[in-house]
Amino acid sequence: MKIMVAIKRVVDYAVKIRVKPDKTGVETTNVKMSMNPFCEIALEEAIRVRESGRAAEVIIVSMGPQQCVDTLRTGLAMGADRGIHVETRETLFPLSVAKLLKALIDVEKPELLIMGKQAIDDDFNQTGQMVAGLLNWPQGTFASKVVLDKEKQAVTVDREVDGGLETLCLDLPAVITTDLRLNQPRYATLPNIMKAKSKVIKKYTPDELSVQIKSDLEIVQVTEPPKRKAGVLVSSVDELIDKLKNEAHVV
Amino acid sequence: MPTDKCRAIYCLLRLSSRNLFNHRSDSNFQYLYQFRGFRNHIDTTSRLLEPFLAHPKRNLRICFHPLREDMGSSLVSAKISGHTNRIHCRFFGSGSTVTKRNPVFSTINADDIAQFKEILGEKYVIQDEERLLAANTDWMRKYKGSSKLLLQPRSTEEVSQILKYCNSRCLAVVPQGGNTGLVGGSVPVFDEVIINMGSMNDIISLDKVSGVLVCEAGCILENLVSFLDNQGFIMPLDLGAKGSCQIGGNVSTNAGGLRFVRYGSLHGNVLGLEAVLANGIVLDMLGTLRKDNTGYDLKHLFIGSEGSLGIVTKISILAPPKLSSVNLAFLACKDYVSCQNLLLEAKRKLGEILSAFEFLDGNSMDLVLNHLEGVRNPLSPSTHDFYVLIETTGSDESSDKEKLEAFLLRSMEGGLISDGVLAQDMNQALSFWRIREGVPEALMKAGAVYKYDLSLPVEKMYDLVEAMRIRLGPAAEVIGYGHLGDGNLHLNISLPEYNDNVLAQIEPFVYEWTSKHRGSISAEHGLGLMKANKIHYSRSPESVHVMASIKKLLDPNGILNPYKVLPPSLAS
Repeated sequence: MKIMVAIKRVVDYAVKIRVKPDKTGVETTNVKMSMNPFCEIALEEAIRVRESGRAAEVIIVSMGPQQCVDTLRTGLAMGADRGIHVETRETLFPLSVAKLLKALIDVEKPELLIMGKQAIDDDFNQTGQMVAGLLNWPQGTFASKVVLDKEKQAVTVDREVDGGLETLCLDLPAVITTDLRLNQPRYATLPNIMKAKSKVIKKYTPDELSVQIKSDLEIVQVTEPPKRKAGVLVSSVDELIDKLKNEAHVV
Repeated sequence: MPTDKCRAIYCLLRLSSRNLFNHRSDSNFQYLYQFRGFRNHIDTTSRLLEPFLAHPKRNLRICFHPLREDMGSSLVSAKISGHTNRIHCRFFGSGSTVTKRNPVFSTINADDIAQFKEILGEKYVIQDEERLLAANTDWMRKYKGSSKLLLQPRSTEEVSQILKYCNSRCLAVVPQGGNTGLVGGSVPVFDEVIINMGSMNDIISLDKVSGVLVCEAGCILENLVSFLDNQGFIMPLDLGAKGSCQIGGNVSTNAGGLRFVRYGSLHGNVLGLEAVLANGIVLDMLGTLRKDNTGYDLKHLFIGSEGSLGIVTKISILAPPKLSSVNLAFLACKDYVSCQNLLLEAKRKLGEILSAFEFLDGNSMDLVLNHLEGVRNPLSPSTHDFYVLIETTGSDESSDKEKLEAFLLRSMEGGLISDGVLAQDMNQALSFWRIREGVPEALMKAGAVYKYDLSLPVEKMYDLVEAMRIRLGPAAEVIGYGHLGDGNLHLNISLPEYNDNVLAQIEPFVYEWTSKHRGSISAEHGLGLMKANKIHYSRSPESVHVMASIKKLLDPNGILNPYKVLPPSLAS
């Protein structure tokens, strides 16, 4: 059984983000980039399933400019078997990514697609759901526990929802998007880094996959949230009421 | 009943300065008062001390000196029969050679307090007991003073006026920063006035072209790092205490830290400073020039003199530019020789991008994993005898990573490394650093710790750890870790409780061993109170003599941080 994992190269989680002066986006030049944390969790889960013997191969996919290959190499160093890079310079929004994933899945025919629930740069939380819709596959999103049953060709997913935990049983093939508490990703050890150098990364372009990338969204403006003002000490109840009425407009 | 010995106890109790109990009100701790030489008479002693100690709820004022450690630890021990409320007191000293409070120093009176209030304002003259307790105790809770007054000046002028007054009244003072020192140099020994620099925390200027940062001495290191981060610079030093330590203290103790191997000592990075002498005179040496060969470079006297020659009030420091590509590798080596050879190789092959080279032994790793939360071994499930952290900082992400990977793979093939991981993002890097930086914290949680900070030739460094292990046997756990890149070993001996016998086995053996190999008994922590009498292990008597002369010149009344750094016998 093949598992496909989609990973994204984003600004490193620990970096302090700065907005570009022209407000068209976030500063990404000269900033540390790494694999999206949720994608790491997804990849870790896929590798664990393979290590337990229930899958044969883990394929990782990433889409974007040439630098995505670095992220793929990291994924291979963690233990994936081979990588696919869809090279494009266009901005990719969730629907385009979903269409590209569908095209790849038609080629590779995996039985399970695991992805992070959202990317930390755009926080869309849409791609996994859209792919499931395009493929007409069942989906288990916000997974905090995944148990694969090979004989029954089904997977049991515990989902983190607002009210608590929901358990679903999905028939394979299925799409799973991972949440934070699913697992703790492993580190890339040196022996694995060495092995990763010989693993294959296949390149595709969107044209080869017959997908037209259309920007269906337009980013109008990116601004920082308003800075929190310092607290003010008031000296009497009257002053407090006055401030609540006239400054905060809540009374 | 041995009456003369009991009389001696009473004498000791009376002689010592007044002190409030260190209320470690944990009912698991025992009332441990072990008086050296009286261990055989514990029962009689306890009967004697019972009226004093029977009711802890009574506001007890039992007087104990925080005495010099080299005299051996003396905890007066008495088992209070049937009493459930127990407090653990940890003080060091011995009956015979007590560090006496120098009678030359005056004691604070109401006039003094009024004068300070006039200089600083009511709010910055603190006599509140809780705050004094915190200011009187060092980070390791090993040293405790009994100062009654804490002052918080907010400008150099205020510092100058305070010192001028204290000098005229012959009042001893202790300059205090973040109070994170590890040799008892930042807290009073007796009732010295504490001058806390924390309120002088302005960042004065940053020259973006030359990278020179000018700031006041009370700026916390981590705040400076964040400020510089926004401007594209970094601080040339980095240490585990960065969240609390202040730059004035760092400079006064010539702090080393994790980036020493790349950016060198503060003697090279501090371009200028402003200090106030004991008599209140302000020495403005706050230059921002890289090169200035005019006369004797006095600032170097203040860098590393631990507040004994003057109080540093402002600093100008060279901040290196922030480079974008930082890589961190956590490696395992099978023996110490491999660690050494790895260092040699790293200096050659990684050269200009090497920014940190740390090591810790297997015991340190176990300690950290057992006592700290949220920490996991990057190389689990296997355990190794030695771990090395290598950090590179450079300007080109891909070429640095390539260089580091090539170096690591070659070292692995050559057998220098048995296993390792490369941090793939900043979070992983932070978690690796947490392991190395967390060792002191883990030691504190594990119980009592005897800490030694030694500079030794790299080949000999671990020999001392092994010699100490053989010497102490199962009585204590000996761990070694430190800045291998600088030849700096942090030797720590961990036991559940402080123990005289063990201490006698450790000192002076460790100092003699270091001296024999021409090492330094204090690589970066300084002498403080802990090693005030030990300087002869690493410095010639002639040099110490000149040091004493300089001290006499700059501080004739000896009011700045007395009893510390130089042997007190030279003070008079």
